[in-house]
Amino acid sequence: MPTMSEQILSRVAGRPVRAGDVVTANVDLVMVHDSLAPGIIRILHNELGADRVWDAQRVAVVIDHVAPAASVQTAEKQQEVRRWVRAQGIPNLFDVGRGISHPVLVEEGLAQPGMLILGSDSHSTAYGCIGAFGTGMGSTDIALALATGKTWLRVPETIVVRAHGTFGFGVGPKDLALRAARILRADGATYAAIEWHGVEHLSVMERMTLATLSIEMGAKAGIVPPTGLSVTGPLVPTVDADAQYQKVVDIDLSQLEPQISAPHYVDNVVDLSDLGQVAVDVVYLGTCTNGHYEDMAVAAQILAGRRLAPGVRMIVVPASAQALQRAASDGTLATLLAAGATIGTPGCGACIGRHMGVLAPGEVCVFTGNRNFRGRMGSPEAQIYLASPAVAAATALTGYLTDPRTVMDRSPAVAH
Amino acid sequence: MARVWLFGPDVNTDQIVPGRYAPYMLKDESELRRYPFIEHRPDFAPNVRPGDIIVAGKNFGCGSSREYAPLALRMVGIGAIIAPLFARIFFRNALNLGIPCFTADLTKELADGDEVELDLEQGRITTADGRVIHLPPPPLFLREVWAAGGIVPFYRQYGRFPGEVGQ
Repeated sequence: MPTMSEQILSRVAGRPVRAGDVVTANVDLVMVHDSLAPGIIRILHNELGADRVWDAQRVAVVIDHVAPAASVQTAEKQQEVRRWVRAQGIPNLFDVGRGISHPVLVEEGLAQPGMLILGSDSHSTAYGCIGAFGTGMGSTDIALALATGKTWLRVPETIVVRAHGTFGFGVGPKDLALRAARILRADGATYAAIEWHGVEHLSVMERMTLATLSIEMGAKAGIVPPTGLSVTGPLVPTVDADAQYQKVVDIDLSQLEPQISAPHYVDNVVDLSDLGQVAVDVVYLGTCTNGHYEDMAVAAQILAGRRLAPGVRMIVVPASAQALQRAASDGTLATLLAAGATIGTPGCGACIGRHMGVLAPGEVCVFTGNRNFRGRMGSPEAQIYLASPAVAAATALTGYLTDPRTVMDRSPAVAH
Repeated sequence: MARVWLFGPDVNTDQIVPGRYAPYMLKDESELRRYPFIEHRPDFAPNVRPGDIIVAGKNFGCGSSREYAPLALRMVGIGAIIAPLFARIFFRNALNLGIPCFTADLTKELADGDEVELDLEQGRITTADGRVIHLPPPPLFLREVWAAGGIVPFYRQYGRFPGEVGQ
């Protein structure tokens, strides 16, 4: 019986397919962002000779990578992208401040279960949070998909990460994902898809934490079965008891400790308790991995009524305008600001090291994002530790990497 | 002769071209040719010659989908990349741009700075001291794309995607 990838790719290939098959498939949705759009547009028109995208309704353009523009060059390129969107009659342009492509396309209902979604961004595995096959591709592949509505790919084998039990106090989805990276390593799921089982108690955006980090293990897609979600789509993939898996990784959530990915590789993961004292300059809460409302809420619960440690900067960049609005309406935002955090425009922020909090040589950052590669957020001499929002907030209070369980009230509201 | 540029495992695309050096951030996009490995290995871009080969450890090109990473390598004329495992998106991007990638671990057999001769047709490397290393032949559909010069010329020539024959 088929895996979720086989179910979805059989639908878009128009025939039953199995892992290992090379297929040409119809694409349901193509996402293009500002960073690569100018190059994609050039390949589409100049190299492929296509005047129009194949279906303007199935294209979404998001200005999130340098939003708002940080230089005359980026401003001019964004202007060029907006003109192109108008000329093509593409209805779905999400401009500066709407947020990061991945949560935005889910919030807007454009990304749906059972779809094949291509994005010009490696974290397009994010769409697995609602049971879509989302995958990142480069500019030429995206241009070809825009021209033809099709792509080609090898149907992946599937690795299952199966969670058991529920998270202990102060531990959450980021710790699960980093634990999986610790086990599978950075190349452990290369050419394969990851299915995340046993996580139906998580919200959509918490599932996105798992789906986005799937690429950090090399995965082509990272799919969570859309169990318990009120979403509909062309196909609702289900976990088949008889599906053939390449590997199953079992993780007991109740035994999980806060996990830290230490510089400079995402799979360089240790228990927080195994690190010595690490002094931190910057706490950065944001990205498609952990810049969601839930993440700001966890941080606010830890920071409520307290102040950042002297000398620590805390930068919060919400993943989307919806997340920011929700945080503003229920007091989460006010709590973060009162503690001394500052807020950036919803978008990718400093995740790509281009603006809004770039790091200096020697600075140490605890980051809720997904990559701690050398130079990722600015200076190659900076140190980036990946951690959960709870660890980030606890660290902001003390000024060194801190186990959130040592600074949190044991109230049931703070599940993770 | 081609020079061997040896790299370790898990070279990510931020190391090949940091996001701060993306075409998006540049006044003149042709500057990109100056930036491959600008921080990871600053002696690379000024000294690399057309036809040189990269020999790397596993998981070469992991991370971001940025096609400007292999594009920067194509701009300086890299002849081939040889690694025991490629990250998926990088491999596709390199294929699409017509950069030959061979899946083999030569990190023990070749050293940084070795002068070798690469015969792409025969899939063969000959070292300066006469040793011959055979590269595993890639699947036919990959060789077809390389032969066409990349995915765009392939698509324009055949009007189909690789692997679509007989479906």
